Amino acid sequence: MAVHIKKTSGTAKIPIDMTPMIDIVFQLLTFFIMTLKIAAMEGDFNIKMPLSAIAAGDPDEQMPPIKLRLVATNDGSCGDIIMNDRSFGADGWKALHQEVASLVQDGSLTAEAEVELNCDYNLKYENVIRAITAVSGQRQPNGDIIKMIEKIKFAPPKPPPTK
Amino acid sequence: MRIGSRLHPTLEVDYTPMIDMTFQLIAFFMILINFDAAENSDKIQLPVSILAKPPEAPAEVAITVQMDEKGRPIMAGQTYPSPADIRPILDLERETLEQRGQSAAIATIIIRGHKDAKTGVIQELIKVCQEARFEKFTLRAQEDLQARP
Repeated sequence: MAVHIKKTSGTAKIPIDMTPMIDIVFQLLTFFIMTLKIAAMEGDFNIKMPLSAIAAGDPDEQMPPIKLRLVATNDGSCGDIIMNDRSFGADGWKALHQEVASLVQDGSLTAEAEVELNCDYNLKYENVIRAITAVSGQRQPNGDIIKMIEKIKFAPPKPPPTK
Repeated sequence: MRIGSRLHPTLEVDYTPMIDMTFQLIAFFMILINFDAAENSDKIQLPVSILAKPPEAPAEVAITVQMDEKGRPIMAGQTYPSPADIRPILDLERETLEQRGQSAAIATIIIRGHKDAKTGVIQELIKVCQEARFEKFTLRAQEDLQARP
């Protein structure tokens, strides 16, 4: 079979059908746009709770934990914040934060100190995160976080209130 | 009638800029896409915290348990009536780890609790995980955007 090569002046232009590629590319683009989910960043607060510590106290415990009691109202809001028998009131997160900051001001207790959260059964979970935020650190204006108390644990759970 | 080719000149469209732009858009969306977040339930409204920052390194073994407003745990997209009902799945996870020569103690249970869930139910969930020999827990919170510098 004779192959006829057309001789032209300069380079020959080969027409490429772009349609299928553009179809696929636009389908991909549509897929990515539709599956995109814009969500705020999430962060973690570590708590270490081995089961053995419940049964027979933690042998590594150097100093007694700071006991933080969160009292719930009937609707689950925070009714009172009590740290080591001192009440900070229902909305005393700032005062609690300042109190904990004064306890660990030089940073020497940061790794050693421990907070034990004792919460009412019906307390809304957001209050637990507020309490952990208040005791575990503070955010500097530049966005850096200064750690205060890293060891956080829960007291044994309370039974649900009887109606 | 003969129609001459001169009456219909072929218009050649240069697709290059459009394809360039489209590929850039695809690359942009591919980088943004996060398949990990796909299994996170939209029903869960996390509590906010000014200290919530993504962890510097991912957990070696992470097991995510979500808890909805009514205190029902959600694991792998399935909702269970109470924390005790996820025990068989946790046992299965532990056995899988043990088969790989790892212990449950290295696994981190990530708790994504709804902000209005009862703390008592979250504690029950932690207790069920403890009974399944898991020890490390993280409570997940959402970054407080108002506190961003």
